[in-house]
Amino acid sequence: MSSLIQGKFSKWETVIGLEIHAQIKSNSKLFSSSSTKFGSSPNSQVSLFDAAMPGMLPVINEFCIKQAVKTGLGLKAKINRYSVFDRKNYFYADLPQGYQISQYKHPIIGEGAVTIDFKDGSSKDIRIVRLHLEQDAGKSLHDQNPSKTYVDLNRSGVALMEIVSEPDLNSSHEASLYITKIRSILMYLDTCDGNMQEGSLRTDVNISVRKPGEELGTRCEIKNLNSIKFIKQAIEYEAMRQIKIIEEGGIIEQNTLLFNPQLGKTKPMRSKEEAHDYRYFPDPDLLPLKLEDDFIEIIKKDIPELPDERKKRYINEYKLSNYDSSVLTIEKSISDYFDKVLGCHQDLKKSAKLVVNWITSELFAILKKNEVEIHNSPITPYNLGQLVKLIISNKISGKIAKDVFEDMYKNSLSPEEIVNSRGLAQVTNVKEIELIIDQILKLNYDKVNDYKAGKTKLLGFFVGQAMQISKGKANPKILNDILIKKLS
Amino acid sequence: MEFNTITESLEKINSNKISIVELNDIFINRIKKNKNLNAFIYFDEENISQQIKKIQSSKKNFKLKGIPLAIKDLFCTKNMPTTAGSKILQNFQPSYESHVSQKLLDQGSIFLGKANCDEFAMGSATNTSYYGNTINPISPRGSQLVPGGSSGGSAAAVAANLCLGATGTDTGGSIRQPASFCGVVGIKPTYGLCSRWGIIAFASSLDQAGVFANNIADTAILLREIAGYDNKDSTSANREIPNYFENLNQDMSGKVVGVPKEYILPDIPEDISKIWEQAIKSLERGGVKVKNISLPHTKYALPAYYIIAPAEASSNLARYDGVRYGFRSEEGTSLDEMYELTRSEGFGKEVKRRVLIGTYVLSAGYYEAYYMKAQKVRRLISNDFNEAFNECDFILTPTAPSPAFPIGEKEDDPIKMYLNDIFTVPASLAGIPGISIPFGKSQNGLPLGIQLLSKHFDEQLVLNAGLYLEKNNV
Repeated sequence: MSSLIQGKFSKWETVIGLEIHAQIKSNSKLFSSSSTKFGSSPNSQVSLFDAAMPGMLPVINEFCIKQAVKTGLGLKAKINRYSVFDRKNYFYADLPQGYQISQYKHPIIGEGAVTIDFKDGSSKDIRIVRLHLEQDAGKSLHDQNPSKTYVDLNRSGVALMEIVSEPDLNSSHEASLYITKIRSILMYLDTCDGNMQEGSLRTDVNISVRKPGEELGTRCEIKNLNSIKFIKQAIEYEAMRQIKIIEEGGIIEQNTLLFNPQLGKTKPMRSKEEAHDYRYFPDPDLLPLKLEDDFIEIIKKDIPELPDERKKRYINEYKLSNYDSSVLTIEKSISDYFDKVLGCHQDLKKSAKLVVNWITSELFAILKKNEVEIHNSPITPYNLGQLVKLIISNKISGKIAKDVFEDMYKNSLSPEEIVNSRGLAQVTNVKEIELIIDQILKLNYDKVNDYKAGKTKLLGFFVGQAMQISKGKANPKILNDILIKKLS
Repeated sequence: MEFNTITESLEKINSNKISIVELNDIFINRIKKNKNLNAFIYFDEENISQQIKKIQSSKKNFKLKGIPLAIKDLFCTKNMPTTAGSKILQNFQPSYESHVSQKLLDQGSIFLGKANCDEFAMGSATNTSYYGNTINPISPRGSQLVPGGSSGGSAAAVAANLCLGATGTDTGGSIRQPASFCGVVGIKPTYGLCSRWGIIAFASSLDQAGVFANNIADTAILLREIAGYDNKDSTSANREIPNYFENLNQDMSGKVVGVPKEYILPDIPEDISKIWEQAIKSLERGGVKVKNISLPHTKYALPAYYIIAPAEASSNLARYDGVRYGFRSEEGTSLDEMYELTRSEGFGKEVKRRVLIGTYVLSAGYYEAYYMKAQKVRRLISNDFNEAFNECDFILTPTAPSPAFPIGEKEDDPIKMYLNDIFTVPASLAGIPGISIPFGKSQNGLPLGIQLLSKHFDEQLVLNAGLYLEKNNV
């Protein structure tokens, strides 16, 4: 799909690479046993090591290593048997050690790839360069006091995975699909909670523009974006900014930028003279990390079905479209819900598309209206399955089903209970329907004549009348068949 | 002098011939009489008596019951301030006890105080301490000699019998060289034998805790107590610790000693060459075979060391920024200014010099030429030793290129000062154990030291060879 931007004079291609900082889901920090719980009171989760007290040493949290390897396997990436922790040196008030422990030359995970899917059914592979482990910094609070800055070290030392992509993305839309996909994979793997509001997934965007086919342009880096909306806005603004500069004869200066969501603009974070020299070198407090094959094999067994595999399964087994499948699978909770619905009864598998429609239209709408997450839905997957079953076995019509659905949501009842207590079961008895039809044909004798004279559109009117008398319960197909027979 | 060994004191304490209070009073009085040596940064009698009460009320079977020790001020101590000899940690009171000092406390020893040292262990004369020079107790009347460094306070305290033993740390010679200057035994164990947890870091890949004592037997006793695996230190070695003291055996016959030709330097004082030869001859008399060996990369050791150690130090010392603890300059109107002033005022000249060297060698564009190259040299030096130990069991060299020198000398010439480490640095880079034992005297009657080196974790062998030389001294 074309994603070129029309400048004043020519078309431009945006080239984007992303660095996603994903917080590892773990109870304790990367090198200390402090808790990683979000939202605790400031400095309540700080060990002596986290505060960089003299003589304190890092000890690697094995669980975080497992999580990183699991993520690497999920990204179909190379697991490096040998990796090294380095120190990235710089001074800042919320960086207690004066360095961040990270991985520089030898990351734990090497090249991998993820696939993004477009609405038109096409897809694109985005290459991953690497994934490395690093410590998060603390938080400087500048808004607590007019003349002081406070530092909260709760986050200091929390484990992050930095996932670096190749510059394979060419639009804000692709970037958003990519992040959504990465987030999805991490949540399937249970290696990151994916909570962007709480900062569990933060993104640095590397962006440049060029005329198609030309050499890569000079890139700028937009730091620390924590929502997909801001990432899209920042990319769109920054691409236009760069195009404008070049078209006006200027050159792009390599720079680190911050995005201001209020203004919708990027601005330089620091000048060139202030550029950091991080003086990376291997952390002498930590030995190189060596992974045994057995260690990796055990983790491999723990890899669940991932979105792409599920998608394939949906396409192959349920004959769903690529797009439907990717919409379902991108959010694990939706996909899990769908799988549970289908698990209710063998018959539902043949009507998977109907289930998808119920989930993506009725269920999504009602959940959105009530601001409820799918995993908290008052309509259980089992009940939704039963509802669809009632439809496909002609127990109730689709129209009645919508009514029943509303009731199921409000009262958390099963569809059978509602159908029975409210007497909503579909009438399929031919004689019963014939009686109703005879009744309305008699009442609307004039219209019957009109119909017979050629106004066949009146069929709908008769159906409506009959339905009204049956309170919507008449089986529409039987009703239709009898009507046509009687009218001819 | 009475009561100058741990073995003797333990025997008297355990047989109730002397009480813990009486024993420690002897040393407390000596410390008070020798305040001029400035061996201690922190010394408080009340603190000592609290410790003694605790030991007396315990029924535990302590291995170092009541033994008075000095603790280098680089070890964080829960009940005494810890400064690393720096203004930037003035009055700093840790809330935790270093692993090594905790092990000593667990065995009922008494900490008399915190021994003076070069600031952040950077120095070879205990002259960079913010708390003043330590004076070598062996200084002839009318002169003031340095005790060596950086663990000069510890070595001086043991030499002056202000305590029965002391902890030190050795990064490039900081135990062995002061032991040589003060005429006591000092051992730097294999890198990883003792936990570094709670020891203020200078150069993490080289720092190693060790001990000083008046003889090999005491050294063996103390070493066993401080050694051992600690899961809080990822570089600590998980292995069984032998009973060095019980295993002591001075029968060296059949062993092969290596004498590295690269340690024969043209400008080495004659008396040092002489005691080296005498030590070789002494060993030969004990049935030791002498083998001339080569450690070809020795001459690159010192330059490599003075790249690696400052590089690590520049990063290790970044945490002293005035934000969370320690000294903070009250001037300064921005975060950067606060950093600059705090570190300018809080660190001394030598620390600043090394932080600058370290920052430089790690900088983009210089990293490969300096740090990377130094790491390669380090591997070559390590290989030199590995190969040498195919030919010999242990290596014998002088500890330092000179006896103790007067305070003030070499202070304006850092290179001359750094040359003090010329014989000790290679073993530090290789991570192998090294011990310095007093052997012979200089022409002026000053103590000299002989260094013994062995394979990784073969501390027993250097202790045994040390014991032989102690018994067969000139």
